[in-house]
Amino acid sequence: MRATTDRLHPAHVGWLLVALALVTAPHVERLPWWITLLVGTLLAWRAYITWHALQLPPKWLLFLIAGGAVGGIYIQYGRLLGRDSGVALLVIMLTLKLLEMSSLRDAMVLVFLCYFLVITDFLYSQTIPTALYLLLVVWVITASLIGFQLRLRQPGYRYQFRSAGMLLLQSVPLMLVLFVLFPRVPGPLWGLPQDATASVTGLSDEMSPGSVSKLITSDAIALRATFSTGVPPAGQLYWRGPVMWDFDGYTWTASRDPGQRHREAQYSGAPTEYTVTVEPNSRRWLFALDLPTRAPPPARLTADFQILSPSAVSNRLRYDMTSYPNWIDNTPLTPAEMQRALALPPRSNPRTAALAASMRNQATDERAYVAAVLAKFRNENFYYTTTPPPLNVNPVDEFLFSTRAGFCEHYASSFAVLMRAGGIPARIVTGYQGGEINNVGNYLTVRQADAHAWTEVWLKNEGWVRVDPTAAVSPSRVEAGVAAAVPQGETLPLQLRGEYPWLRRARMTWDTMAYSWNQIVLEYTQDRQRQFMQRVGIDNATWQSLATLMFMLAVGVTLVVGALMLWRLRTQRPDPLSAAYARFCATLAQRGLARLPSEGPLDFCRRAGAARPDLRERIDAISTLYMRLRYGATATADETRELLARVKAFRI
Amino acid sequence: MENPQSIPSYYTYQPPAEISRLRRLLHPLGAPFRAVRRRADRWLFQLHGAETGSIVLAQRRIFILPSRYGMSYVIALLLMLTGSINYSLSLGFVLTFLLAALGVNSILHTFRNLARLRISPGRAEPVFCGEQAQFTLIFDNPGALDRFSIGVTRDSKNDVYLDVPARQSASVHVPIPAERRGLLRPGRLTVFTRFPLGLCHAWAYADLDMRCVVYPRPEAAVVPLPQPETHNGLGIAHGAGQEDFAGLRAYHPGDSPRHIAWKAAARDQGLLTKQFSGRADTELWIDWRATPASLGSEGRLSRLARWVIDAHAAAISFGLRLPGLTLPPAPGDAQRDRCLEALAQFEGGQANDARDDR
Repeated sequence: MRATTDRLHPAHVGWLLVALALVTAPHVERLPWWITLLVGTLLAWRAYITWHALQLPPKWLLFLIAGGAVGGIYIQYGRLLGRDSGVALLVIMLTLKLLEMSSLRDAMVLVFLCYFLVITDFLYSQTIPTALYLLLVVWVITASLIGFQLRLRQPGYRYQFRSAGMLLLQSVPLMLVLFVLFPRVPGPLWGLPQDATASVTGLSDEMSPGSVSKLITSDAIALRATFSTGVPPAGQLYWRGPVMWDFDGYTWTASRDPGQRHREAQYSGAPTEYTVTVEPNSRRWLFALDLPTRAPPPARLTADFQILSPSAVSNRLRYDMTSYPNWIDNTPLTPAEMQRALALPPRSNPRTAALAASMRNQATDERAYVAAVLAKFRNENFYYTTTPPPLNVNPVDEFLFSTRAGFCEHYASSFAVLMRAGGIPARIVTGYQGGEINNVGNYLTVRQADAHAWTEVWLKNEGWVRVDPTAAVSPSRVEAGVAAAVPQGETLPLQLRGEYPWLRRARMTWDTMAYSWNQIVLEYTQDRQRQFMQRVGIDNATWQSLATLMFMLAVGVTLVVGALMLWRLRTQRPDPLSAAYARFCATLAQRGLARLPSEGPLDFCRRAGAARPDLRERIDAISTLYMRLRYGATATADETRELLARVKAFRI
Repeated sequence: MENPQSIPSYYTYQPPAEISRLRRLLHPLGAPFRAVRRRADRWLFQLHGAETGSIVLAQRRIFILPSRYGMSYVIALLLMLTGSINYSLSLGFVLTFLLAALGVNSILHTFRNLARLRISPGRAEPVFCGEQAQFTLIFDNPGALDRFSIGVTRDSKNDVYLDVPARQSASVHVPIPAERRGLLRPGRLTVFTRFPLGLCHAWAYADLDMRCVVYPRPEAAVVPLPQPETHNGLGIAHGAGQEDFAGLRAYHPGDSPRHIAWKAAARDQGLLTKQFSGRADTELWIDWRATPASLGSEGRLSRLARWVIDAHAAAISFGLRLPGLTLPPAPGDAQRDRCLEALAQFEGGQANDARDDR
């Protein structure tokens, strides 16, 4: 019965190996190959040691490996305390600890560190599959924790899993109380490491040939929008992003610090009201349909109607917007703006300049010139493709006169250059065009693959006018999306391809779930918490009132769970047979014939029969029946009922 | 509840490990405070000396505090919470709160693992001084839940564990060194558990009315048995009962090394004791007065114990004379036990905290 308390059972090591492997697995795609290899080798080594009951490696060797790994990580990442390097460090150290672990105490520490490692997975992904996977991992870790406390009998992994599952299930109510009511403060509490947020593909503040078309292969979601006024027609879905004024002959650049809004646009027609949830993009742009009326605070609206957040969008962000599809922005340009909107680098793209000059001469007015250029794109053999040939020194010349195959940025860029060369102020607007309507959740999903570039030209009497040269070449790009516009066989993300209806529906259902998950779980911020509290009738919830309520509810939930748990402890009611016999004995005890603790039913029957000859027959009958039912091989329900009836009738 | 007789025993109590740390911290505050603490402990932990019969671990008897691992767990959770706030990790919050709830839950589970267990005193076989007394505790689990990893300890250094399946009983032997002749009481035992997660330490005190007879340590040196008295005044038969070899039997603790069949032991037959037939009419008196006073009273008792064992091994009929007590001669195991117990209880057990009530 004596147990060595702190010895480590090989099964404990096995559990820890599995837990550590599971918790590390999601990191593998991000870790450098040599760390994955090292961790895999160390885990296998520990498994081998445990399997063959060998000695643990000497401490100096582990220190050597640890030192080497730290050095390697520093060389790999250039720092030790960043997000990626920190995770790498933690994974290595945990694995080495496993090789050093010899007592139950070490194992407990390792388990806590495993729990901690789970949270680092969330730094990279918080999707539903990640959450489910890590819930499974937490289950395994908890099951191994239970195993450590089983000092004698090992009831097996099933028992451990069942108990751990039960424990976790019973923890859910309290977890919900804490999650909903724990006062949220807007993070971060201190400066995050530089690599705190994942670098994501997305629009940048530069546009050169090929920069938009490389996004076409990304099915990552850029934003989702729910329209309260109905989804506008596809042709109006221009999501305005970075606006670029400056061109160096090859690359368009957005200004680092665009001027404050000083222009008023005139809006007309019916407004479009909608809520945008933009995914983190490590840039400052928030996206809105052409043309937004205001920026959601604390973001600001610039003079060219970009919406700029004060800092890079590192978290998913939700904001309400109002846009008007019909607008006029004809506040006169300042001389500086005019100059910027007409500037072309000298001696670049000379053939384009010559072409612009001749076409401008032939056109009667600005409108005619715009129409002529669009007609040229439409009527000559220009191709719309996601895989345009590379362009070199004078990209616009090359595109217009030789390759003639391009994606939206090629058309936008060359159109803007033609406009500027023809004396018409022009700028590039990048953003997204279109999106996929999700019928299940009734919202619009815009992906990186929907990235688009178009132009705006300044016409004297009309102000800024949007012109999308891509639409001239490939009208279906704007009307039906990029999938319809590109030729068959070109690379497209799965989501954008035509597909079976059921698959499409399944995908939309899934995306709707992800969207709800984002809204309900992942964006449960201070504001949303306040909104939720308002909805349940608590206005102006302060952190104090939240904390008080949280505490009270937590205690309540714990009491309820505790009461339910202790309920299972109640002693089992005696079976009807014993209860009946006990009643019989109690009746005799009232007449001074108490059954002694040492007396069996037979002895008691004899003594009672001798003491009360008048009752002897009945006492014998009841006792004999009881003994047969209790100790005999067979007992029928009828006999049990007979005993109950006899005991009931037994009165003195 | 107050049992005045048992209060003095309280003052030698050992505080539970969790409390001794706090107590060390508070030690400089002086005696008045300790007196108050003692009263508080007595009230809080319901320490009233040994209880007769079995005890049921009711709610009021079970105490629970976070274990050392529980503290580490809390620190890990605080780190995770800070990380979640800093990185605005919603799922980090979910995980942190799930684990926090798990911790709270484990308090309930650990408590439940002890609750409603019935502990009854079991037998404790007599031992010789210097051996380990084995106190048997019987645990009854009336409920429908298996109880795992229940520990019993006296000094929080050596602990024994048992599992008590649902609606069953299980017993555990608690080893306690028998350091003094007389009656050994286990004193207050701590029944504890950290199951299922090891984050909490729940414990209850079981001060059961149990005792184990501790015989005097038999003298190690070989001392010849005293002269037997024979009926009819015949003073022959020197060392009778030790000369006619009668056979072998299994070794019992306390048998004289002289009588062990070492040749048999060398043949890997285990320890066997040689038995000699004595003459039935020989009566050996093992007499306190036959031992030299220079041995001291404990030394004299040791020698008497040696003689009792040897005489029993020799299958002689023997009697015991102690000041104020005479056991008439008889052969056999019962006589041996009677005599050894008389030696154990001589003058109420060994002096110097002889009645150890701890």
